Amino acid sequence: MTASSTKGAAKPASTRAKPANKAESAADWVDGRLGLYTLAKSNLRKIFPDHWSFMLGEICLYTFIIIILTGVYLTLFFNPSMGEVVYHGSYAPLDGIRMSEAYASTLRISFEVRGGLLIRQIHHWAAIVFVAAMLVHMMRVFFTGAFRKPREINWLFGFLLLFLGMFDGFMGYSLPDDLLSGTGVRFMEGAVLAVPLVGTYLQMFLYGGEFPGTDIVPRFFTIHVLLIPGIMLGLLVAHLILVFYHKHTQWAGPGKTEKNVVGMPLMPVYMAKAGGFFFLVFGIISACSAIATVNPIWAYGPYRPDQVSTDAQPDWYMGFSEGLIRIMPGWEIGLWGHTLNLGVFVPLMVFPLVLVAIAVYPFIESWVTGDKREHHILDRPRNAPVRTGLGAAWISLYLVLLIGGGNDLLATHLHLSLNDITYFVRVGFFVVPVITFFVTKRWCLGLQRRDKDKVLHGRETGVIKRLPHGEFVEVHAQLPAAKLHTYTAHEQPQPLELPAEFDENGVKRKVGVIAKTRAKLSQGFYGEGTQIPKPTAEEHHEITSGHGHH
Amino acid sequence: MSHDMSKDTLPESHDSHGTEVAAHGDPFADPGLPAHEPRRTDIDERAAQRAERQVSLLFILSMLSTVGFIASFVIFPIDKIVYIFPIGHVSALNFSLGLTLGVALFCIGAGAVHWARTLMSDHELPAERHAIEADDEVRADVIEQFKTGAAESGFGRRKMIRNTLIGSMALVPLSGVVLLRDLGPLPEDKLEHTGWDEATPAKPIQLINMNTNEPMKPEDITVGSLSFAKPEGLEEDAHDFQVQIAKDALMLVRIAPGDLKDKQSAELGFEGILAYSKICTHVGCPISLYEQQTHHALCPCHQSTFDLADGARVIFGPAGHPLPQLKITVDEKGFLVATGDFDEPVGPSYWERSR
Amino acid sequence: MKKLSARRRHPLAALVVLLFALAATGGLYAAFAPAEKAQADSSVQTLAIEEGKKLFAVGCSSCHGLNGEGSSDGPSLVGVGSAAVDFQVGTGRMPAQQPGAQVPKKKTIYSQPEIDQMAAFVASLGPGPVVPGKEQYTSTNPDDVAKGGELFRTNCAQCHNFAGQGGALSQGKYAPALDGVDAKHIYEAMQTGPQNMPSFPDGIMPEEQKRQIVAFVRHTTNDEPNPGGLTLGSLGPVTEGLFGWIFGLGSLIAIAIWVAAHTTKAKKS
Repeated sequence: MTASSTKGAAKPASTRAKPANKAESAADWVDGRLGLYTLAKSNLRKIFPDHWSFMLGEICLYTFIIIILTGVYLTLFFNPSMGEVVYHGSYAPLDGIRMSEAYASTLRISFEVRGGLLIRQIHHWAAIVFVAAMLVHMMRVFFTGAFRKPREINWLFGFLLLFLGMFDGFMGYSLPDDLLSGTGVRFMEGAVLAVPLVGTYLQMFLYGGEFPGTDIVPRFFTIHVLLIPGIMLGLLVAHLILVFYHKHTQWAGPGKTEKNVVGMPLMPVYMAKAGGFFFLVFGIISACSAIATVNPIWAYGPYRPDQVSTDAQPDWYMGFSEGLIRIMPGWEIGLWGHTLNLGVFVPLMVFPLVLVAIAVYPFIESWVTGDKREHHILDRPRNAPVRTGLGAAWISLYLVLLIGGGNDLLATHLHLSLNDITYFVRVGFFVVPVITFFVTKRWCLGLQRRDKDKVLHGRETGVIKRLPHGEFVEVHAQLPAAKLHTYTAHEQPQPLELPAEFDENGVKRKVGVIAKTRAKLSQGFYGEGTQIPKPTAEEHHEITSGHGHH
Repeated sequence: MSHDMSKDTLPESHDSHGTEVAAHGDPFADPGLPAHEPRRTDIDERAAQRAERQVSLLFILSMLSTVGFIASFVIFPIDKIVYIFPIGHVSALNFSLGLTLGVALFCIGAGAVHWARTLMSDHELPAERHAIEADDEVRADVIEQFKTGAAESGFGRRKMIRNTLIGSMALVPLSGVVLLRDLGPLPEDKLEHTGWDEATPAKPIQLINMNTNEPMKPEDITVGSLSFAKPEGLEEDAHDFQVQIAKDALMLVRIAPGDLKDKQSAELGFEGILAYSKICTHVGCPISLYEQQTHHALCPCHQSTFDLADGARVIFGPAGHPLPQLKITVDEKGFLVATGDFDEPVGPSYWERSR
Repeated sequence: MKKLSARRRHPLAALVVLLFALAATGGLYAAFAPAEKAQADSSVQTLAIEEGKKLFAVGCSSCHGLNGEGSSDGPSLVGVGSAAVDFQVGTGRMPAQQPGAQVPKKKTIYSQPEIDQMAAFVASLGPGPVVPGKEQYTSTNPDDVAKGGELFRTNCAQCHNFAGQGGALSQGKYAPALDGVDAKHIYEAMQTGPQNMPSFPDGIMPEEQKRQIVAFVRHTTNDEPNPGGLTLGSLGPVTEGLFGWIFGLGSLIAIAIWVAAHTTKAKKS
């Protein structure tokens, strides 16, 4: 198991047993060339723990595969050209209308290629679910602390996949060159133009001239089908290799330690479960695509820069950036004959920051807490109230921005004023995350207290007993040892202390601002009011020896 | 302590049942893996056989569904519309293909998972984690190897090689950057001009109604109406129509004299008819949600709101400056014309924009 | 209203028109009414105006003034034309119930003959858009849908959405959804520009184009199938995102719970 023990085993076995059957001899053949047996030895019966939340990543993986499969099919029919044609295809309501070949070929896929509409819809629904699943998967990893050492790099890989997935989705949505996506591409032009100093150059180079030009769809096509998926595939493989290498995290429980992983073997249980899950995901996405329309480009009409439809929104994963743009006040500064368009540039800068904030969190937490150990046992979210509070605050910010991005639909469907929603979101951007943080933290502490009660006094059985002197009490049942262990398995770290003000020689130490900040933050993480002290064995003995009744 | 999983690491070794609490010692100590409890299918052969039949049934359903998929593909014409409650009038082909494909895939998955859950072993096994960090010996060995290699290369010693290598590696990507130059033209003053810029008082350009493709008369534009215009000569089938209309599009409204709040804007108009750029100054959406009673125009993309009676001043939303206004008048035939370009660039602002 | 339209095709249309005094609304009805009946026409018209005035005094004058001159509570109706009355009262927007950002569509409380009488009265206050005839808003050319779509995307979709599902305006105002709206009322709305909607007079959008737009709206909100399945309200990516999260990811997570859950044990401990 150690590095030295595997070293000696590398010698080829000349006295190999004869293969029992054809399959074995085929395996021998592969082994002789690829080292199959060594590879399979540690992986064939690899153990995966069972928990539904550990399968969120699989949803991402499988939707990604579905997207690639259907995407390849779509390229067989899609024509990524902005050359103009007059449409005379089978969709009568657009007969005689001028449109780009990209749009016309998407109409063809939808109305003239048998099954084309289905594959288009599977591709799009899978993309919507893909990014949603990545976000939920990331939240699972965040709230359970699964990003801690040794998994920080894998967290970053995952983050990059989310980031690239969002952009690839945006580009895919832009390809059909319909009225809705064209409006998104126009937005992008304005956003690029808002970049100080080089904005106009970037815009001209990106679009091959003035908006819209004829280059943007073919360029997006190459990026959408080749460049970004290629990078994502590489990251995905690296992500999975690391998952295998690190072995999966697990929840605390009887028999589960930092040194082991408890679950079912890859062969056969997880081959069947994970393999089966791929088909389940594909099946559900196919059924969604039979039942619900996604992106009816024929209804939007072809893109023209002087036309627009209300409800101009991007797909959901860009919704929070849409919210940022919509709530920003129209600040514009004139500087010595130049214009700084803060109304667009500020949201453009805050948008990646919102994402980067969550990406760098593992490094901030390990720096603040000074925790450099490996963690394979997951935290229950309640047992890390500050982290959980921060995560909840981030989600609330994200949701507030989504509300901002859909303010017009909220206004019409809830009979509110568009302007009021925007004002609310402007304030909410700052206030809601703060409130959410404190509420979540308190809630976690409440849950910790409840766990402590359960450990000390047992669980409520619902059985009411009448005591001899007439008092009614509910019988509490002592928790089984497994539960007692599970509820108390977490650590309760102490905050970092600043070194004593004077060293042993009585000389005043210089404590830098950074060290002070770090100590303060550490107090905030683990100091007073951030955890309910775990029940001790003494407390437990005292109460249980008193027959568990108070 | 073997790494691989074999029968002797089955949880029998952890025999604690987990319900009793040790009277002494740590009540919270790890009681070890709970003993395996059999499922019905483990102890009841009939239950196991039933599960087997269920799994096979799912696989058979999948086969039938695939046959259904192929049959649907052959049977339904692509334009056949059927009514399916409660979805509505849907394409028979899309609906049947999607459902049969969905069922075919779902049943394979459901069968496999049901098989795993009922018939495959559900013994939970522990596997030891390997140490990720190398031990000190390996670490020292690797560092030593690296040092040897580095010393043999002489990279640190021969500074000239090192520096020129760094220099060449730093320069070579520049070729790639230079190659990107022809992605597009330089901006120059392209963004400052629109299709109206050839208009002069001597040679004005007519405003052409987007709907009718005809020149417009002021009397057609009533108070409360909304119309859109493009410059004379710009035809839909022109090769650069999209680029031109992205800058030239006009929105025409007429505002009653008493409601006009901005004198300068009124002077650019003709008898209360004002011609504003239809392109939002925020990020360029065609802004045209015109509320004729309030004279507000709203952008559907980000809700920047402009008061068209007040020189298109921004009254709400993220736009940073008013919509540019085109000076209009009538020619000798009584048609609306522009006598010059907008006096500022249309559309979203950018760094080089001077006003 | 549909019944009325049907009756107009009846051989006795002229008589019905006379009875209901639709002729009061102007030139269009003159075409229906034979020239020799012009005399009778005008007297019936006068009668209709009289009736309309009475209805108006009861139902409308508190806001719009006894002679439609307007007040602080309602605009002047001089010159709005019969089409405006037919639209506002015919869609139930008028009489308004309570002040608000916008007067909503509601159940019509007047019968069509009563609406026609009020329209006649308001039309008599000053010239304005006239209630359109059926041939004005009924399309017979199948190409009209495509042409109307193009016009709709230029003139209407910015407020009413690509599929006529409506959209938000400032301060609680909104562009209403167009599904289920009568062809005549769509036409009248474009003619008259009710409330905050701008008007599209014939000079900038000829009759034929309005008819094409009506054809497109009726097609898109009524006849257009949804080949891909549920339209999710035809509201664009927002509802698609909700569907993807709730039904797509939601069902996948439910399945994941089933896949990962331990199978029930033979006997519970």
